[in-house]
Amino acid sequence: MKVTTMHDAIAQYVHDGDTIAIEGFTAFICFAAAHEIIRQGRRDLTLCRMTPDLIYDQMIAAGCAHKMVFSYLGNPGVGSLNCVRRAVEKSIPLPLEIEEYSHFGMVGRYTAGAAQLPFFPLRSYQGADLPKVNPRIQFVESPYGDGSIAVVPPLHPDLAIIHAQRADTSGNTQIWGLLGVQKEAAFAARRVIVVVEELVDQAVIRSDPNRTVIPGLVVDAVVHEPYGAHPSYAQGYYDRDNQFYLEWDRISRDEVTTKAWLDEWVYGVADRAAYLRKLDGQEPGIWQRLAPGEALSQPINYGIYG
Amino acid sequence: MPDYTPTELMITSSARALAGRHVVFVGVGLPNIACNLARRTVAPDLELVYESGVFGARPARLPLSIGDPTLVSGATLVCPMSDLFMYYLQGGRIEVAFLGAAQIDRFGNLNTTAIGTYQQPKVRLPGSGGACEIAIHAQQVFLIMRLSHRAFVDKIDFCTSAGHLAGKPGERVALGMPGAGPQLVVTDKAIFRFDKHTGEMFLSSIHPGVTVEEVQAGVGWPLQIGPMPTGGDLKITERPTAEELRLIREELDPQGAYARD
Repeated sequence: MKVTTMHDAIAQYVHDGDTIAIEGFTAFICFAAAHEIIRQGRRDLTLCRMTPDLIYDQMIAAGCAHKMVFSYLGNPGVGSLNCVRRAVEKSIPLPLEIEEYSHFGMVGRYTAGAAQLPFFPLRSYQGADLPKVNPRIQFVESPYGDGSIAVVPPLHPDLAIIHAQRADTSGNTQIWGLLGVQKEAAFAARRVIVVVEELVDQAVIRSDPNRTVIPGLVVDAVVHEPYGAHPSYAQGYYDRDNQFYLEWDRISRDEVTTKAWLDEWVYGVADRAAYLRKLDGQEPGIWQRLAPGEALSQPINYGIYG
Repeated sequence: MPDYTPTELMITSSARALAGRHVVFVGVGLPNIACNLARRTVAPDLELVYESGVFGARPARLPLSIGDPTLVSGATLVCPMSDLFMYYLQGGRIEVAFLGAAQIDRFGNLNTTAIGTYQQPKVRLPGSGGACEIAIHAQQVFLIMRLSHRAFVDKIDFCTSAGHLAGKPGERVALGMPGAGPQLVVTDKAIFRFDKHTGEMFLSSIHPGVTVEEVQAGVGWPLQIGPMPTGGDLKITERPTAEELRLIREELDPQGAYARD
């Protein structure tokens, strides 16, 4: 039985010093898991994500990490990640080591990790300065005489956390919308926690096998946590809370207001259910504001054979 | 007073540069509005590609980020980012890509990583995202930036994405970079292009009411006017049409989030 609570999943699978990847490109970012990691006081983590986003900004402000591996350091559509910048520029609250790639480089790292390759070759980084500051980006000669090509090393997180619309109790997981690098991160990681909006019967999964992105084969724990991605979003379930992304820019500019926010919204609530009650109390009707309406796909016929 | 803003002129100039194009790699903000305007005007067959893994997007609202869910609903195709970078970008399928930067030099090399040194930056910027490889693979790169002597500098602090490098002929090809690199820079004061032989940015057209001196004041190197060796051929940027302004104001950016100033 893989179904468990967020508290127990984090307690079992996240340890001080671990390398973890909470993926999802703008969509499906599992803030519920990050907040639980902060509450349980994990330290010295290496945080991997293409776009650290608000989720790692908050974890770094809370002192969870000593290193970050990434490819785009912004508050998407808004501006800077202020807590990451304080850590990089002023070592507040702690120094933060960074290991930086481009998006394609991070995609390649997860892909090599998932496929157990020694490196991933990509046509990138020519003429650019990133290889000068990140010695893990190397160039090798093609054995087939096509000149030199950049390579990046495989990434093997100790743990990947993937948010999705639905899974069955075995962890067979279906995602529609932006797929990011969720599949690659799940296969590259030693352990995987899947967090879903809905827990469904296996028959639902089997009715549409092409939509299954991550098989239960690689999943260790399944957590049912509706709205667990807020203020990020789950396609077709709720919209991104852009107001909060703008608001965070104001909150996070100052160390004191950042800490006050963490005290109130992370340490001050017991779990995601309490966070949602608090959110609803602050803005009754928030889920009407973020309701996405309905655009159903046309059903398809897989056929009955045999 | 003109009946349009400098930003609206940036949008219409960028959109017109997409005339007849089929596949464009879009960024958020002004490129997004420009590409959607182009699809409604000069490039009806234009497929909008977003690095989040969307091909053929039909955004029903102005997306705040390149991962906005409105890019998914109604799109032709949504794929993993590994497909997007490997088959669409590295596969050579992108005709034009829009990029921006905090710093640009005369050869169109771009810095989006750090002001100051990398190790102890004065300002830490977002970094590459996909820009490093987009600058290598897109058949052509268009830039949208506001003109300022802090942005148009003699020497960039960090080269995140390569343009025409040191301006030597054949330099990109020798490094194995398939795309032709930066072709166009649209600013709020003027439009620049790049000399085919020297790779250097030159002033191509100037916006109505702007002087060459104002443009030079925003550029940190002695500006070349027109292509070498003849030079000279300086045009005045065409104003937005009433229909373009109507599309921007009523349909593409009705709240004036980007185009108002």
